[in-house]
Amino acid sequence: MTRHLVRGFALAAFLMAGIAVPALAQETILLGAAVSETGKYSAEGMHTKNGYDLAVERINGMGGVTVGDTTYMLEIKYYDDESEAARAAELAERLVNQDDIQFILGPYGSPITAAMAPITEQYGVPMVEANGASRSIFTKGYKFTFAVLSTSDQYLSSAIDLAAEKATEMGEDPSALRVALAMGDDNFSQDVRAGIVEAIERHGMEIVIDDKLPDSFTDMSSTLAKVKALKPDLLLISGHDKGALTAARQIAEQQVDVSMVAMTHCDSADIAGQVGPGAEYTLCAAQWAPSLTYEDDWFGTAAQYAADFEVQFGYAPPYQAAESTAAVLVFADAFTRAGSLDRQAVRDAIAATDMETFYGGIDFDDTGKNIAKPMVLFQVLDGQYKVVAPTKWAAEPAVYPRPTFAERS
Amino acid sequence: MDMIGLLFEAPPLALQLVIDGVLIGAIFALIAYGMALVWGVMKIVNICQGEFVILGGYISYYVWQAGYPLAIGVPAAALALFLLGWLLYRTIIFRVVEQDLFISILATFGLAILLAQLMNQAFGADVRTADAGFGNWFLFDNLVSIAAIKLVSFGVTGIVAALLIWFMRRTRFGQAIRATAQNARAARILGIDTHSIYAFTYGLNAAICGAAGALIAMIWVIAPFGGLIYTLRAFMIVIVAGIGNLPGVIAAGLGLGIIEQFIGFVLGAQFQIALIFVLLVIILVWRSQLLRRRRKVLE
Repeated sequence: MTRHLVRGFALAAFLMAGIAVPALAQETILLGAAVSETGKYSAEGMHTKNGYDLAVERINGMGGVTVGDTTYMLEIKYYDDESEAARAAELAERLVNQDDIQFILGPYGSPITAAMAPITEQYGVPMVEANGASRSIFTKGYKFTFAVLSTSDQYLSSAIDLAAEKATEMGEDPSALRVALAMGDDNFSQDVRAGIVEAIERHGMEIVIDDKLPDSFTDMSSTLAKVKALKPDLLLISGHDKGALTAARQIAEQQVDVSMVAMTHCDSADIAGQVGPGAEYTLCAAQWAPSLTYEDDWFGTAAQYAADFEVQFGYAPPYQAAESTAAVLVFADAFTRAGSLDRQAVRDAIAATDMETFYGGIDFDDTGKNIAKPMVLFQVLDGQYKVVAPTKWAAEPAVYPRPTFAERS
Repeated sequence: MDMIGLLFEAPPLALQLVIDGVLIGAIFALIAYGMALVWGVMKIVNICQGEFVILGGYISYYVWQAGYPLAIGVPAAALALFLLGWLLYRTIIFRVVEQDLFISILATFGLAILLAQLMNQAFGADVRTADAGFGNWFLFDNLVSIAAIKLVSFGVTGIVAALLIWFMRRTRFGQAIRATAQNARAARILGIDTHSIYAFTYGLNAAICGAAGALIAMIWVIAPFGGLIYTLRAFMIVIVAGIGNLPGVIAAGLGLGIIEQFIGFVLGAQFQIALIFVLLVIILVWRSQLLRRRRKVLE
């Protein structure tokens, strides 16, 4: 019996030593994140987590991060925020106070990011976030919150600019264009709307329909009946995945003919796949696309990133995953430049970031938002999401005006 | 208010709203009928009604994705939901039936949360639609469009309703359900196994919701957390029509569908859902006043 025990202890000690050896040889930097693994954002939460994990794996695979004279591996401690802002705020406290984590990666979604930001701010813990686009996060004077993505007011303002550009090309007066808006009744969509309204005022256009879609809406047919009656030139929609899919479906069903339909979230709602030919010519706002010509040393080109991601996770990366990966790259870059793991030093290094990544340029302004990367517009052409704006990366010219449904058949 | 003027200028627009309202309202009425059935027979307000609807939608969506014709989706969803409803009664609901109304509301509310989360785990949070591409009809120079799938679903709703009426009126089982609704104790004395009746009724309601959900997945979109609004609509219709009032449920369902469309058109989509709650408050106040007057007469 005793002999068995001794042998058991010896074995256990041996095993523990075996595990402990590499851990001792390699210092790690622990990043913390609260990501939605359950609840209504669990799909997007998974993209976020996959994006983070791919970045960590790549950075570690390439030898880790050099800070001063020491090389560190990165590791992420995850919690599930259950898609609840209040829960995420608790978890931020827990990450900082109990787990003693000095650096935080953002959660998925504007409301949850907005709930975590005051807490990381209070403790002076830098947070680099990739999925909170609401403009309101950057008007509070936070010094420790940084976002790699474009803010939500930029999502569809480029569509208005594109329409104005096309109208001028065709010899028409852009200020004669009339616009219909159907925007969700949430912070994100109302930010999108604010950006659109700014652009509309800049071009002197007129808003003829301005509907707000409540959170629980199920039907857009009465709004679209109005569009058919008033015949505006542009129809812009923002209502997350549900808004995009409902709109794409009902526009085709009711054969609503306007010169331009632009919306957010159409790629994540997969309108081309689910609605089919009826979704053709829809413009979609996106943070990133694999066909862009951005590059970096970690992943190579945007296209290579997309290929690597697909090998690892079995699906093409939506922009939510790409921007999450970029957030980890920002930390890695800042650690090296800071030359220490002091929170304030790292925060200052992040603020001074000026780098090129596969996801686009990253350069934070004083409020912490990235001003180096523009939004892109896709258009559904032959069932594919093709980049049509900005012109620099356009794979194909935008089709404007859309052919009417009668012309298509 | 320009929009009201527009309706007078172009009357076909009003026709469009009425048609859409009726075709959709029929599905609301179907869901509400299920709720009224459970409410009347079992004295349970089934808060997870909307989740049954969404689950039915997912079942028909996946049946369709698996390559079967869209028409199979409706009976498949109804059958699966019947089994689920029956199972839920045998495991959970039998503990709260014939108890305080509040307890059953809590229990079914808990079930609603559980079902939504489980659907989210099983099917993902992505929004889905089963777009069969049935085509559309156009009237008045394209101003009025009728989606064929909405007409089909209206027909299916009619068939389901007719079957239900026949079942409740003409079959022994239907009579047993109605007897239990009238007086459960008396029904038991007369040899009716009321627990079996309850289990069947709860399953039947789930099946009705499943069929309705299958139709909703075909004409609109579904997402795991999108059930609550269907529960609210059903609740609203039952409150307006009263329990055990089938013509009332149909009228209130169609009426709600039409009013939603007109409010969305005239005031904007932001008031379309808000209106359900406003109407609910108005009707409850009006009803309570009616009751008070009646009480006074009795005194």
